[in-house]
Amino acid sequence: MNEFLEFFSFADANVRFVTIGSILLASSSAVVGCFSLLRKRALVGDAVAHAVLPGVCLAFILSGTKNPFILLLGAFITGWFSLVVIDFITARTRIKEDTAIGLVLSVFFGIGILLLTSIQHSGNAAQSGLDKFLFGKAASLVGEDLIVFSVVAVLLLVATIVFYKELMLLCFDQAYARTIGFPVRALELLLTTLTVFAVVVGIQAVGVVLMAAMLITPAAAARFWTEKLPVMLLIAAVMGAFSGLAGAFVSYTAPSMPTGPWIVLIISLIAILSFAFAPGRGWVSRIIRQRRNRSRILDENILKLLYQVGELKENFTDAQSITELMQRRHLPQNSILKGLKKLQCEGFVSKQQNGWLLTEEGRIRGRRVVRLHRLWELYLTQYLELPSDHVHEDAETIEHIITPELEEKLMEELNYPALDPHQSKIPL
Amino acid sequence: MIIHVENPVVEVHDLTVSYDRKPVLWGVDLTLPAGALVGVIGPNGAGKSTLVKAIMDLLPTSSGYVRIFDKEIKEVRKKISYVPQRESVDWDFPASAFDVVLMGRYGSMGLFKRPGKADKEAAMLALEKVGMQSFANRQISQLSGGQQQRVFLARALAQNADIYFMDEPFAGVDIATEMAIIELLRIMREQGKTVVVVHHDLQSAVEYFDWIVLLNMRLVASGPTNQVLTQELLEKTYGGKLTVLTKVGDLLRKQEIPSREKQVK
Amino acid sequence: MNAFWIILTGSLVATCCSLLGCYLILRRMAMVGDAISHAVLPGIVIAFLLSGSRDTVPMLIGAGLLGVLTTFLIEFFHRYARVQADAAIGVTFTSLFAIGIILISVFAGQVDLDQDCVLYGEIAYVPLDLWLTDNGLSYGPRTIWTLGVVTLLILSFIVIGYKELFLTAFDPAYAAAIGISTSLWYYLLMTAVSLTTVASFESVGAILVVAFIVGPPATAYLLTDNFKTMLILSVILGVIASFSGYYLAVWLDGSIAGAIATVTGVEFILALCFSPQRGLLLKRRTLQPV
Repeated sequence: MNEFLEFFSFADANVRFVTIGSILLASSSAVVGCFSLLRKRALVGDAVAHAVLPGVCLAFILSGTKNPFILLLGAFITGWFSLVVIDFITARTRIKEDTAIGLVLSVFFGIGILLLTSIQHSGNAAQSGLDKFLFGKAASLVGEDLIVFSVVAVLLLVATIVFYKELMLLCFDQAYARTIGFPVRALELLLTTLTVFAVVVGIQAVGVVLMAAMLITPAAAARFWTEKLPVMLLIAAVMGAFSGLAGAFVSYTAPSMPTGPWIVLIISLIAILSFAFAPGRGWVSRIIRQRRNRSRILDENILKLLYQVGELKENFTDAQSITELMQRRHLPQNSILKGLKKLQCEGFVSKQQNGWLLTEEGRIRGRRVVRLHRLWELYLTQYLELPSDHVHEDAETIEHIITPELEEKLMEELNYPALDPHQSKIPL
Repeated sequence: MIIHVENPVVEVHDLTVSYDRKPVLWGVDLTLPAGALVGVIGPNGAGKSTLVKAIMDLLPTSSGYVRIFDKEIKEVRKKISYVPQRESVDWDFPASAFDVVLMGRYGSMGLFKRPGKADKEAAMLALEKVGMQSFANRQISQLSGGQQQRVFLARALAQNADIYFMDEPFAGVDIATEMAIIELLRIMREQGKTVVVVHHDLQSAVEYFDWIVLLNMRLVASGPTNQVLTQELLEKTYGGKLTVLTKVGDLLRKQEIPSREKQVK
Repeated sequence: MNAFWIILTGSLVATCCSLLGCYLILRRMAMVGDAISHAVLPGIVIAFLLSGSRDTVPMLIGAGLLGVLTTFLIEFFHRYARVQADAAIGVTFTSLFAIGIILISVFAGQVDLDQDCVLYGEIAYVPLDLWLTDNGLSYGPRTIWTLGVVTLLILSFIVIGYKELFLTAFDPAYAAAIGISTSLWYYLLMTAVSLTTVASFESVGAILVVAFIVGPPATAYLLTDNFKTMLILSVILGVIASFSGYYLAVWLDGSIAGAIATVTGVEFILALCFSPQRGLLLKRRTLQPV
């Protein structure tokens, strides 16, 4: 707890630098990543991340200094160049994009490693620290780095806001953007530039391999929570910022822990939780929805069954025993009982001495299911001209999902029918 | 109007096929006679390719069953051949026309076995049949659309099957190829083979096929060409969408309900 | 002699990776190869912790399992959670890699692995790790034996399954129609990729694995239209890269893995410019589409 307070008081300048730096990096790359994700080019960021290494080394070899601006410039040039090469290979040869990405990634990185090791072996004392581009050293960020990060982060955010409309259209419908006279090529260059910026800066915190995660993961997670682009950008930025903060906290409490991998692990967990639990799109929520549907279907089937038995006996005032119900349609006894009890709680059936009785609401609901079943059977025979012995199975499902509007439309199209294909009455 | 035949080569019973829970074909009941040239006709999105793929068990079905030569599909795979849509493969693949045709023999070879002399001869013969023998060693990306289609056809021929399913073989081919293909299909019919062709052009369908299946999300008609191609049935096929059907399909997908309720056991 | 062992190691890795790479790039799955090569890291660390040694067998098992798990996770995210395909790849391999790095830091005292080795391997140390019998007889470097066995496995896999691998890569729908299981061959291929990655990982590092999976096959793809030629050519290109990469590294006094990856890039550029049929500088397009 003490550590927690200590950390969040931000009294220590080092903590401040690391935390703010991580947050800025993570959130700005998350925003840019959303656009590459929507353009289905998520992995391009991975290639850029690998491609900045030779740039850093070359800049060091040529300038002989470790001036961060010169190194960043070198990184920027090769990072940008790698994207050009990917586009060139994809456009001019029969090699497909994934191969081009893999090729550029491994070759540029290979060159980078070759240069880096060569510099290291050359005995040049000034070289130490270059390898922070390889694995990231978020925990040793200093004030100077922070200024660079802030400038880039602000730049990225401002560019996104200013060109929001254009970038959105580029992701959504490139062909359309071109026809209405948008400078698509220039916009692509802009997005490329933004991506490279984000990578060049972020890589110092999390390293080459994990940089891809900073771009892809928050965007992929945010996609599960919303269908609106501005909301998605915001969610991605918040998720990125949170993981930056959490990563910094972890490595503060356990100094041997690397910050970058923790940021990535946390954002990955957020993403996996999103894939699973996001309402609507999430995997688990879809399963829950399916389960809920199944239980509703069971309820409605029981009500339908009670109604049908009543209809058969032309008597809705006497209770029906479970055995009677089971004779008409075989459902497992324990699920019938469970369903009946649930329906009793909801006021659709009441328990009598000799069995179960539909309440008024239950009768209305059961009747509606029976009506929809027969309506759908009629629809299938009339409009799809299916033989009447084929339609029952379909109607067993469709009776549970037809909305009141669709029901109205069905009635209208079928001209308010009285009988279904099996000559049973369609109850109103 | 659905005409059923005795001893059908293909029997489809109450077949419903869904993509992502949304049914695209509803309750198809169909029988096809032996030795017929069958055209599957319908508007875009009618489920023509879906029907063919479902018959071959390449797609999961929501309900119903298919029998070919009165057997389960798994037992008769070797008697069935398939010509997929030309766009479904990457024509930049490093293979020659001959390589592709030779694939037609793979099904009858076991694992470990390599194509023998007989297989190579059969492949060459198939290429000759489609008039492509001089292109045998040509890389497939250097062939024109029509030639690529002929190579696909030759691959099916090399298989020497009894029933052929072809997905849009006339799409994007030149007139000469179209004529050559239809000539070939007629020869195949004379040899007693059954050929099922997904086709989109109504005009030529009258000429080409002797059995027509009209499709639009459900089976509208199936029967001899002259009986099926009537104004009334065509209007039914092409005359607008069944909005209720589409809406119900969308609801099924949105609510994640399988298109057929599972029998609670 | 050292040079010989190192080049031989490189060539064996090149053979396995490039052969499988031909299938991967034609199936548009090059990045899955990349993902697997990074994601096996936690498997290696865990195997290391459990067995307490750098024995080959536990490593192979641990990382092999992770490789298959990666394929499975990508598939799962994509198909069941409906994450877009490239994002599924990205999320999977980065999170597994992050776990690997964290494990290394947590057990820093017990794990004799460092981050550099993960990325660019220790091929230079291959000749030092000899397989010695009890009476002091040397059978040469241990890695060579492991890689030799894996190479034989991969070669026989490709020879036995040639038809099926070829057909499922080119036209899966037709393959399924004639009764060849596409998913069986997909998973067999992925298992082979994992096995190769794992066997090569320790000596050459993730980056050279990717370079060999993508580089020589892509170069060969520019040079030939025949699939068998492409397979053979990519192996030859890989071996040449190992050979010249080694001397490049010696000359620059740098990482051997990095130098070999660089050479695969040079080979690609040469092919791109001077390929007889598709070269950008040497356009002799005698065979125009008819």
